[in-house]
Amino acid sequence: MQVIDLIDQKGRATVAESNVPAIELIGVNKSFGPVHANKDINLVVGKGSIHGIIGENGAGKSTLMSILYGFYNADSGTIKIDGKATTIPDSKSAISQGIGMVHQHFMLVDPFTVLENVILGAEGGALLKDGVANARRELQRLADEYDMTIDPDAAVGELPVGLQQRVEILKALYRGADILILDEPTGVLTPSEADHLFRILRVLRDQGKTVLLITHKLREIMDVTDTVSVMRRGEMVASRKTAETSMEELAELMVGRSVLLEVDKPEVEVGKPLLKVEGLNVRDDRGVLRVKDVSFEVRAGEVLGIAGVSGNGQSELLAALSGITRAESGTMELSGEKLDLAGVHNAAEMRHKGMSHVPEDRHRMGLVNQFSEYENSILGYHREPKYSKGMFLDRDAIRKEAKERIEKYDIRPPTTEMTAAKFSGGNQQKIVLAREIECDPDVLLIGQPTRGVDIGAIEYIHNRIMDMRAQGKAVLLVSVELDEIRSLSDRIIVMFDGNVVGERGPEATEQDLGLLMAGVNQEAAE
Amino acid sequence: MSKGQLPRWVDFGLLPALNLIAAFIVSGLVVVIIGEDPFEAVKWLVWGALGYGEGIGYTLYYATNFIFTGLAVAVAFHAGLFNIGGEGQAYVGGLGIALACLALDRFIPWWVTFPFAIAGGALFGAAWAFIPAYLQAKRGSHIVITTIMFNFIASALMVYLLSNILIPQGTMSPSSRNFEAGGQLPLLRNVFTSFDFGQSPVNLAFFLALAVCVVVWLLIWHTKLGYEIRSFGKNPDAAAYAGISPVRITIITMLISGALAGLMGINVVMGEQTRLLLDFAGGAGFVGIAVALMGRGHPIGIILAAMLFGLLYQGGAELAFEIPTISRDMIVVIQALVILFAGALEHMFRPAVVAFFDRFSSDTAEA
Repeated sequence: MQVIDLIDQKGRATVAESNVPAIELIGVNKSFGPVHANKDINLVVGKGSIHGIIGENGAGKSTLMSILYGFYNADSGTIKIDGKATTIPDSKSAISQGIGMVHQHFMLVDPFTVLENVILGAEGGALLKDGVANARRELQRLADEYDMTIDPDAAVGELPVGLQQRVEILKALYRGADILILDEPTGVLTPSEADHLFRILRVLRDQGKTVLLITHKLREIMDVTDTVSVMRRGEMVASRKTAETSMEELAELMVGRSVLLEVDKPEVEVGKPLLKVEGLNVRDDRGVLRVKDVSFEVRAGEVLGIAGVSGNGQSELLAALSGITRAESGTMELSGEKLDLAGVHNAAEMRHKGMSHVPEDRHRMGLVNQFSEYENSILGYHREPKYSKGMFLDRDAIRKEAKERIEKYDIRPPTTEMTAAKFSGGNQQKIVLAREIECDPDVLLIGQPTRGVDIGAIEYIHNRIMDMRAQGKAVLLVSVELDEIRSLSDRIIVMFDGNVVGERGPEATEQDLGLLMAGVNQEAAE
Repeated sequence: MSKGQLPRWVDFGLLPALNLIAAFIVSGLVVVIIGEDPFEAVKWLVWGALGYGEGIGYTLYYATNFIFTGLAVAVAFHAGLFNIGGEGQAYVGGLGIALACLALDRFIPWWVTFPFAIAGGALFGAAWAFIPAYLQAKRGSHIVITTIMFNFIASALMVYLLSNILIPQGTMSPSSRNFEAGGQLPLLRNVFTSFDFGQSPVNLAFFLALAVCVVVWLLIWHTKLGYEIRSFGKNPDAAAYAGISPVRITIITMLISGALAGLMGINVVMGEQTRLLLDFAGGAGFVGIAVALMGRGHPIGIILAAMLFGLLYQGGAELAFEIPTISRDMIVVIQALVILFAGALEHMFRPAVVAFFDRFSSDTAEA
């Protein structure tokens, strides 16, 4: 009850004025074994509002939403939907009570069309014909009403991520959702796709839907929400009206201390080029040219940032440089040694030559989720002599080193035996980072270093990158977060449609870079 | 303990036991339906397999086959490959063993022939797995399809070889000549004379199987190659990121898998039959799939699961003999039920057990 009082004091005025809240949680608790994931949670979400829930990874946001969506059952506490106390034993019941969820990882069948995905599980009857016709009408209505146009006959797998997410939202609306929960919806989106999503969310709100937005990005909270609640270590620590709070206050509430959003970037003397790429062309599996005649160099003690909307060739660029895929043509000079990237290479060879790589997607590439922490700590370096005894792995040596890194990088919980999947996003990234930095490379390729990572870890990761720079390493940073690129890089190149469309200094304005990223003044840049 | 996580003893002990009990309950119902007493049936089944020396001998003999084929399937599993071709690889492996024995048995004692026979079986089994592996790695032909087809090719090939080439002149049965003493693996009844193994064919191959279990355990969990195999099996993208070649791992893993299946002939060809004969693999390659699934891909689990299936084979034969209304086919039904519950319906009891342990563990946390 405390928290509700607090909310009232803090001026829940607008929310309180509008009749009953859409969602009310009172004293909700949930434990997993010894971990108390949700402690006595109280939450009030007004009808027809966008309510943000912000907190670091592992703060208990996803658990709370899973309780609302019926994935987990609360140990104790009351859930009220539209003022009526209810139970939500499973997601079927959640759907029937008008709750829809858009998951961080989409639950879509790629080869199916949009229409087929939308009716999946709600086909209505044994024969598809009527259901399909109904759904087509309904989709059209939803598209008109909420400004969400989409081709119902397009195969979902071929749609860009932003549109796939739209399909997820349509799925929820088609099932009659009045309350829409979005779990880290922008994690996979480009900035412009995210903007579009927010426009849709505002339309939904204006039409009377209630939106619950889970995120750890402060900017999104400020941009789109009406009210916001902050979670920290399983507790709901505050609720605010967005208009009456600031990024600084929210950040402080999230971590329990004030956070430096600016990175300390000392002067470093720039040395000779350690990585030089010339005339790089890369085709993807489907034979589409994704990287077009890209050339650049990165010097010792320098961070070169590659900005761009995701999907403009950055991933293919990293894959080719790190030896995972073969380039169509192009050369790379690595610490003075010239390599033909169109030849056969593999990632182990590149590592051996002094290039390490923090991949963009740690779940897909950087970690074997089912492996324990110490096994992951040698992925890609498992053939190093220091980890082996003949043909066998020297597990004692591996564990010992993993322990040292856990301490040095403050990886929590500090255990070498837990599987990687069970660490939080920030700690997973630290495991990868520790592995790729501690091998003392000359060149570090690093993609989306802070995607899905909490604020405390972001600061830590940024500082590590700055350390690499100070030690005279060459860092190639690929990120879709403009703030990150601007605050870490010494030079910024922008990629659009596989081309490098411009180079700027870190002082470049957001508009300037934004125009380049959108490919607007491509001609001017050439 | 986070949600959905079970203590190891539950995952590897309690759940398989529950599946097994369910299989036996349903089997019991089937026995009731055909009008026999299920408790009587169980009695004969267990007695037949474990009640006397000869029964135990047969149980161990069958288990030996299943350990080899189970390990073969499990190793491939660790690399994410479904090797359905254990049957054909075992069959062709038997040819390698027979050739080694036929070439050497007249000149040297069995213990000199033994390593050559092992090498022959492993080599031929591996060679039979190589072609599907190569096609999978280089051409993307699905290994499930190609290994199944190779079972048929192996079968046809062996019929041809046995009835045209290896058959001794003047005989009518499609099998090779009998090996002399230099090509015969000692039977345990002749080695451990103090224990009465009766006329059972269990032989030294049983100990070879146990030794191979240790080798597989070391390979998968303690070598760099095993690390690469598991990485590739669990996350192929991460393996590529780590510089592990998918072609290399696919081919090497399948060679190892084929070699393990090929060793099965040591037990049957060199141990029991002392000759190569038609269809000696007798479906053990397929039982290996169930054994690997039930044994969770771990050598200890595989030994236990192989023992169970050995028990069903031997006890089942005894049961069919003692209660004629329960025919040989009924035994196959019971075996199928075990495979169904232990393999296909593996996850049936899991949610309930997980829920039970979640409740249990959160209770203790609050206490």
